[in-house]
Amino acid sequence: MAFSQDIRAIYQKELETIRESGIFKEERIICAPQSSEIEVEFPVGSSHKKVINMCANNYLGLSSHPDVVEAARKGLEHRGYGMSSVRFICGTQDIHKELEKKLTAFLGTEDTILFPSCMDANAGVFEAVLTPEDVMISDRLVHASIVDGMRLCKAQTDTFKHSDMGHLEEKLQLHQKARVKLIITDGSFSMDGDLAKLDKIVELAEKYNAMVFVDDSHATGFIGKTGRGTHEHCGVVGKIDIITTTLGKALGGASGGCVSGRREIVEMCRQKARPYLFSNTIPPVVVSGANRVLDIISKTTERRDKLEKNTEFWRKGLTEAGLIIKEGETPIVPVMLFNAKLSQDFSRELYEHGIYAVGFFFPVVPKGQARIRTQLSAAHERHHLEKALEAFTRAGKKFDILHKTKQEIIDKFGM
Amino acid sequence: MSDVKNVVLNYVKKEYLEEDDDREITFETPLISGGIVDSFSMVSLLVFLENKYNIKIPPDEATPEAFDTVNNIAVLLKRYKVE
Repeated sequence: MAFSQDIRAIYQKELETIRESGIFKEERIICAPQSSEIEVEFPVGSSHKKVINMCANNYLGLSSHPDVVEAARKGLEHRGYGMSSVRFICGTQDIHKELEKKLTAFLGTEDTILFPSCMDANAGVFEAVLTPEDVMISDRLVHASIVDGMRLCKAQTDTFKHSDMGHLEEKLQLHQKARVKLIITDGSFSMDGDLAKLDKIVELAEKYNAMVFVDDSHATGFIGKTGRGTHEHCGVVGKIDIITTTLGKALGGASGGCVSGRREIVEMCRQKARPYLFSNTIPPVVVSGANRVLDIISKTTERRDKLEKNTEFWRKGLTEAGLIIKEGETPIVPVMLFNAKLSQDFSRELYEHGIYAVGFFFPVVPKGQARIRTQLSAAHERHHLEKALEAFTRAGKKFDILHKTKQEIIDKFGM
Repeated sequence: MSDVKNVVLNYVKKEYLEEDDDREITFETPLISGGIVDSFSMVSLLVFLENKYNIKIPPDEATPEAFDTVNNIAVLLKRYKVE
């Protein structure tokens, strides 16, 4: 037996360290389809509890939409369960090409290539298109999957302070001589819920002959007047060279991602991106569901508009209740608690009141920036949000943090 | 030498700390292992030193260890007659 007691002890010790540092992650078992109301078994073995879900990426409420489920069922019947192949051997069906075309039209780009996930898209794209003669200049708060993708790429790296355009310009000047300069940013930042200044970024990119990359996973489908994403919100559709995004959030929430953008970039990914070349194709059932999602959101903005209204109601309600939120306009609404333990205790208290929302703390967010991240959905009805507001207010009262300043909360609970 | 250290320290504060970041940084503060400067951002510090002192630091000398504290950087610079 190779897994000796000594080896086991190494991992046991490491796991114990994670537990002691308070960052041990536990899964909560959901015994229902994804929705605004779910049944949860937590802790494992306890009886099921019906709660309002305030932490899913189900922004458009399409994860369990009957039309999407029906389309997926039909896809299963007509195109089977699996493909047992990567895309370029025998894993590309007509429905995969259809989905790529629909995404291209929706995002307003030149072409699109599907990946098993957006994590894979980010892992593959940089290495496929950049060389050591090039430089990647990224916002310091980009998603972890981008950081991993940059690590896999041999191009030079640099960063700019979060959304600081002056700093970005300094970096573009510093790297003027690079063959290709690629500015890298999230469209909507997943922890703070703020949006990249894509109009300014495009302006700088044009001035310094740089390309622009945007991961719009937390924006595609609902940010911008018709939900095209952050580039629509900022008025720069057609000017973003590389967009990566996911089918795993607003667009049905199953799995899959893509690189969408300039024709040559997409083709380079088809030729060289390793997660595309060496990982299985997205299963037909998921592709069929996603095709239906694209039909729905291309035809009407109804769901995105409802999400916007829900977001306004929620942000206003929390602020009036006296909680501190991160200002912004996206359906990602962090309720700031600053102290890690308080964020955990607050989350538990909410759960007692039938609200499912998770606390985030270091290292997921900087030290002293602990929070409950709430996420709105078009599947939320007003009564869900009213009940959730009531629970947040009760928890806020219990911990005596309503109408308190950041400093007062820190003085009471510590950083 | 302390002039050089102060120049480096000021650059690190301006370049790597956000406006609301009130962490205290001294000549001994671990910059890279302490998470203040990540490996992606180290290039700015390298290019700053090369331009400021008109030197060329080869990649095998620009290691995370050599850049980990202002004191370490000062030792590295001394080899290039910067003091």
